[in-house]
Amino acid sequence: MGVALFLNIVTALLEIELVRMFLSVVAVFTFVAIGGAMFLVLMERKVSAWIQARIGPRHVGPGGVLQTIADTVKILQKEHIVSAQADRFMFSLAPIMVAVAALLSYVVLPWGPGVIVRDLNVGLLYFAAVSSVGVIGILIGGWASNNKYSLYGGLRSAAQMISYEIPLGLALLTVAVLTGTLSTAKIVEAQPYPLLYYPFILVNAFIFITAATAETNRVPFDLPEAESELVAGYFSEYTPMRFAVFQLGEYGALFANSALFVTMFLGGWRGPFDLPLIGAVGSGIIWFLLKSYAIVFFLMWVRWTYPRLRIDQLLNVSWKVLVPLGLVNLLVVSFFVVMGW
Amino acid sequence: MAGEAIAFYILTGMIVTAAAIVVGSKNIVHAGVSLVPVLLGVAGLYVLLRAEFLTVVQILIYVGAITVLLLFVILLTEGATGLRTRQRNEQVPLAAAVAALFLVTLLVALTRTPWALTNQPSAAYNIGAVGTSLFTTYVLVFEVAGLLILASLVGAIVIARKES
Amino acid sequence: MIGLQHYLILSALLFAIGLFGVLTRRNAVAVLMGVELMLNAAAINFVAFTHFVSPGLVRGHVAALVIITLAACEAVVGLALVINAYRHLDTIQVDEMNLMKG
Repeated sequence: MGVALFLNIVTALLEIELVRMFLSVVAVFTFVAIGGAMFLVLMERKVSAWIQARIGPRHVGPGGVLQTIADTVKILQKEHIVSAQADRFMFSLAPIMVAVAALLSYVVLPWGPGVIVRDLNVGLLYFAAVSSVGVIGILIGGWASNNKYSLYGGLRSAAQMISYEIPLGLALLTVAVLTGTLSTAKIVEAQPYPLLYYPFILVNAFIFITAATAETNRVPFDLPEAESELVAGYFSEYTPMRFAVFQLGEYGALFANSALFVTMFLGGWRGPFDLPLIGAVGSGIIWFLLKSYAIVFFLMWVRWTYPRLRIDQLLNVSWKVLVPLGLVNLLVVSFFVVMGW
Repeated sequence: MAGEAIAFYILTGMIVTAAAIVVGSKNIVHAGVSLVPVLLGVAGLYVLLRAEFLTVVQILIYVGAITVLLLFVILLTEGATGLRTRQRNEQVPLAAAVAALFLVTLLVALTRTPWALTNQPSAAYNIGAVGTSLFTTYVLVFEVAGLLILASLVGAIVIARKES
Repeated sequence: MIGLQHYLILSALLFAIGLFGVLTRRNAVAVLMGVELMLNAAAINFVAFTHFVSPGLVRGHVAALVIITLAACEAVVGLALVINAYRHLDTIQVDEMNLMKG
């Protein structure tokens, strides 16, 4: 009886493609941990060094490429400390929420022709939805630390992310109106867009990249973690491993947003030519990664070039510039699409 | 089918437990955070009911916006956990009786009613169908909802504004 | 086999829990949370009825969407009121807000 029930459960689980799901999760997680967090931290340090005319990490491995691995090993050896009077459960939950929210958004990224974890009909909305869950992790992480600077960081982050979700959503909607679909794979197929729409797409891309930068809490919108005024905001009380999980979420979201930008505006996995030897799928993946890392580089360049905004400036940019711009853009594009131009 | 039943019971357990924490917890921040599993559980039910668009909207608006706003206001006003203040009023026995009575009435009513069930297999309701009916059959509902959003936007700004 | 009644019972439970929260909480934000639970229970009913009684039609989905819109509006206005009350009265416990004039 028990065995039969167990077997039933196993077959039922296999029917919902559990194996495929599990392998996808492993693949995505490995990519986020290595290609996302570890590589991007190294890249950030190298890019910032290059912009500030320094050399950056150079001792571990050739040219310092193994520096983050050494850092990870060091982080793993550190003790977990929960500060006194902190809410233990919430304190541990917060980094996991941030990281899981970032990981979930990888489900709808089209890596190459047919290479996608799940092509959802509502892919774009799904992306916006799961990335908006991460803010709860930041908010409760800031609160649970029992530190006023952390709380300030969490509150700022909540205000900022709620404000910038609206221009982000408007940018996604404009793309959906243009392509007539919310599925990320079909959006790639709908490109290149007609030449007539280029001015609007440029405006849209600007809105999206600004809002995405704010959503990932990066300079010039890094008020939630402003080191110099809030001692790193919501994660100042976190000991290394949990801090690393926060970083995993943050860099994971950074790459995911860049990849979505590539999907919506830069033709996704399409390249100017197919690379030899690795086939259409392989070259699609290579082009997709190349473009995404180019956008990541652009965001790092911005980060190390511009100073931080004040909180009122930051909210004004969202509500008085990006939201009206996004609405007008959506209206004009909808008009063009309805007229069939 | 077995998979669906397992998923349903897991979601039910998650929703009911978390909802009990939402209404019962002495720590007001815990209550607010427990709203997240309730709302995600309801989103999971929408997946089981093949309503993909609603699932995403539920997560986007409820979890991503409303819960964050609630938590934001709790942190702004209570500052901390609210543990120092009494969180329940003196109506607990009465309220429990009312809620239980209500539940029993509802359960009796809904188990005795013969529902006009159909056995036709239902395809997933795609977002196109929802959008089309929202802009044709239910366009008035849509317009009223839009007006409501505008009114509450203006109302919230006017109410929360600092008088100078 | 999960049928309509399973969903209805779950939604009745959720509604009763929400009702209990609305009736017993002193904190205005917690009262709003109870209201959110009740609205969610209603939305589950709409979607479940659509799925089991009239599959193919999306009426219930439209109703659930309207409920979510309503919930958002209610939360925004409610929280604005809470902030305003806190500014004037220094409390957000609903049974202590007993002034006709702020």
